[in-house]
Amino acid sequence: MAEVKELVNELVDKYGRERKSLLPILQGIHLERNYLSKEAMLEVAKQLDLSAAEIYGTASFYSFLDTKADGKYKIRVCKSITCEMKGKSDIIKTLEDMLKIKVGETTEGKRFSLLETNCLGLCDQGPAMLINEEYYTKLTAAKVRKILGEYIRNKY
Amino acid sequence: MAELVKLNIDGIDVQIEKGQSILDAAKKVNIRIPTLCHHEDLCVAGNCRVCVVEQEGRNTLTPSCATPAEEGMVIKTSTPKVRRARKDLMALLVSEHNTQCTTCYRSTNCELQDLAAEYNVDNNIYLSVLKEDLEIDKSSWSIEKDDSKCIRCQRCVRTCAELQHVNALAVTERGRDMKISTFMHLPMNEIVCTNCGQCITHCPTGALTERRYYDEIWEAIDDPEKHVVINTAPSVRVALGEMLGFPVGTRVTGKMVTALKKMGFDSVLDTDFSADLTIIEEANELLQRLKDALVHKKDVALPMITSCSPGWVKFIEHMYPEHLAHLSSCKSPQQMFGALTKTYYAEKKGIDPSKIISVAGMPCAAKKYEANRPEMRDSGYHDVDAGLTTREIGHMIKQSGINFLELEDSNFDSIMGESSGAGVIFGATGGVMEAALRTAYFVITGRPVPFDNLNITPVRGLKGIKETSVKFENCLPEYSFLEGVEAKFAIAHGLINARQIMDQIVAGESPYHFIEIMACPGGCIGGGGQPIPTNDEIRKKRIKAIYDEDMNKPIRMSHENPEIIKIYEDFLQKPLGEKSHHLLHTKYRKRKRY
Ligand code: SF4
Ligand code: SF4
Ligand code: SF4
Ligand code: FES
Ligand code: FES
Repeated sequence: MAEVKELVNELVDKYGRERKSLLPILQGIHLERNYLSKEAMLEVAKQLDLSAAEIYGTASFYSFLDTKADGKYKIRVCKSITCEMKGKSDIIKTLEDMLKIKVGETTEGKRFSLLETNCLGLCDQGPAMLINEEYYTKLTAAKVRKILGEYIRNKY
Repeated sequence: MAELVKLNIDGIDVQIEKGQSILDAAKKVNIRIPTLCHHEDLCVAGNCRVCVVEQEGRNTLTPSCATPAEEGMVIKTSTPKVRRARKDLMALLVSEHNTQCTTCYRSTNCELQDLAAEYNVDNNIYLSVLKEDLEIDKSSWSIEKDDSKCIRCQRCVRTCAELQHVNALAVTERGRDMKISTFMHLPMNEIVCTNCGQCITHCPTGALTERRYYDEIWEAIDDPEKHVVINTAPSVRVALGEMLGFPVGTRVTGKMVTALKKMGFDSVLDTDFSADLTIIEEANELLQRLKDALVHKKDVALPMITSCSPGWVKFIEHMYPEHLAHLSSCKSPQQMFGALTKTYYAEKKGIDPSKIISVAGMPCAAKKYEANRPEMRDSGYHDVDAGLTTREIGHMIKQSGINFLELEDSNFDSIMGESSGAGVIFGATGGVMEAALRTAYFVITGRPVPFDNLNITPVRGLKGIKETSVKFENCLPEYSFLEGVEAKFAIAHGLINARQIMDQIVAGESPYHFIEIMACPGGCIGGGGQPIPTNDEIRKKRIKAIYDEDMNKPIRMSHENPEIIKIYEDFLQKPLGEKSHHLLHTKYRKRKRY
């Protein structure tokens, strides 16, 4: 775990030890490590002298900071009201069937994590989802099968 | 003088200091506005909205706890719009609440229940959206956490942050998943928590409660094989009455003893006895350290800090693991009592210690944890079998059908039932310091401490950190090394203040020789096991009762307690002696800070 320590050290040097540095530091770890591990959060608590519960409270507030999901590809389906009304549950069901996991889980081998997220600002084109930085709109079950199929085939 | 503003509430003109809230102004003229997330001890949160009022010139309702009173405001606290809003809010809260009042520990002492009843909430307005998979966290020896009863007012979060500076609890997740939880939702026994129980006494509902042990105690009482001994702490007797029909600040010592005897305890003893004993041991330990430092020029840890508050002990173990040497090695009075119950008491009474169940009646949640620390078995048995809070004792008295209001008084049993006024004042912040000084000064100079009536007033009161100093003059020959020395003392209560004291020590800037620290604001009288509510007004009344009890005691210095003199003659031999070390002193352990 010496590595996490080094990363946190670097980020703390860059952003400072104040309370307001917490978010940039967490984002920095997320960018490098794909998620916030328990060890990483504890290291941040130590460096900023904040309680671990506070770190976790902050991290868990944001849907783009993952404390559990560590898949290589993170599928984030919008759960806000417009997408919900435009058929988000079908999308989720299709994804769950294809990946054989439930929302919040990660596939074996850590390839995909399936997550819900808050409004992506694509409400007029819902239902919408993100796979890592790519966004996909006007989803249907068929479209999802096609998109995900490509990921499974090409982008391991 | 602070600037005043004038406003009108329900037709009454009120003047109040600028910066005070509409709620404060209403209180001033006896207008009651309901609240839930508000607590006098804590900063404003303004998240529950049941305190809304109508303000002339505004269309929306105003949360009175979070809005400063302003010049010329016209406020109405009970209009149809206000009542509808409050009722609606209550209905929403109930719709996500595990409303099981008949089986809830906080029933009849619950702010949510009171308000729901007051507004006669119709259960059918909203569908129940109570989450189903919520489990009660019973992992801690001290604290039980039941999220199905939580209204997310965050009083516990603010308590743990603002009063205790532990921040064990936080708001986690968001939206409908939002909950009050710990680091990665770890169970309460795996996190950095002092078990102080302040979050319990600040929780308006049954979401946070102490882990209860009274059923086991009843079982022991009913078992003819068992000899069940209870010792009760000083703060219990000045607060227990609140649960049983007496006004706040009533001393119910005699009635409490009678009730416990009627309930079937074989012996009802006084923790103040072991508080006196703590003083003897601790004062001698302090003198030893001073001597080592001044005469032998040894490198001893000074200031020495008291160790009778187990919430504080766990706090320092977590937060300042490198500075444990400052703690006095004395056990808390509860643990001294337990160790002696199964040795000295058993021997004198001719009872097999394996048949003794020793119970501690405490104002405290942390003492439940302390009783279960693995090292607390110096008698060869579990020194303290169970710790009960004042609240649990109140419940047990109710369960026994005793008419407490009409009860006659009786005295503690002996042995270990006699105490001095010094033992009594342990319950209030500053009390241990005062008790220690009464004895230490006498030991050093042969004269009583030079304060009117032995009342060392600078150490009393609710200020977060208090200081005093005493100059030793005309010392007895044995203590000539203290001649002319001006010793400095400090007292802190509430762990946020303890942190200040410790940071000073860590920085090497502490000017003190001896420090008293209590985890709970106000000391034990404001403990995590005391009747709810607790606030400064109530703390002051309980403190007054404690000092009244002290003044009424014929003996007011620990070393004059005849039972203390006797236990040293018959059993312990001398302070800090071999037996003392074995039974009355302990060691601490380093724990993780994060
Ligand atoms: S917390 Fe209050 S309202 Fe909820 S079940 Fe308990 S007594 Fe009833
Ligand atoms: S546990 Fe109690 S104090 Fe904490 S948020 Fe829930 S109801 Fe409020
Ligand atoms: S018991 Fe004390 S330290 Fe633990 S969570 Fe409650 S207030 Fe915080
Ligand atoms: S509601 Fe789905 S993107 Fe806004
Ligand atoms: S008491 Fe005012 S908002 Fe909760």
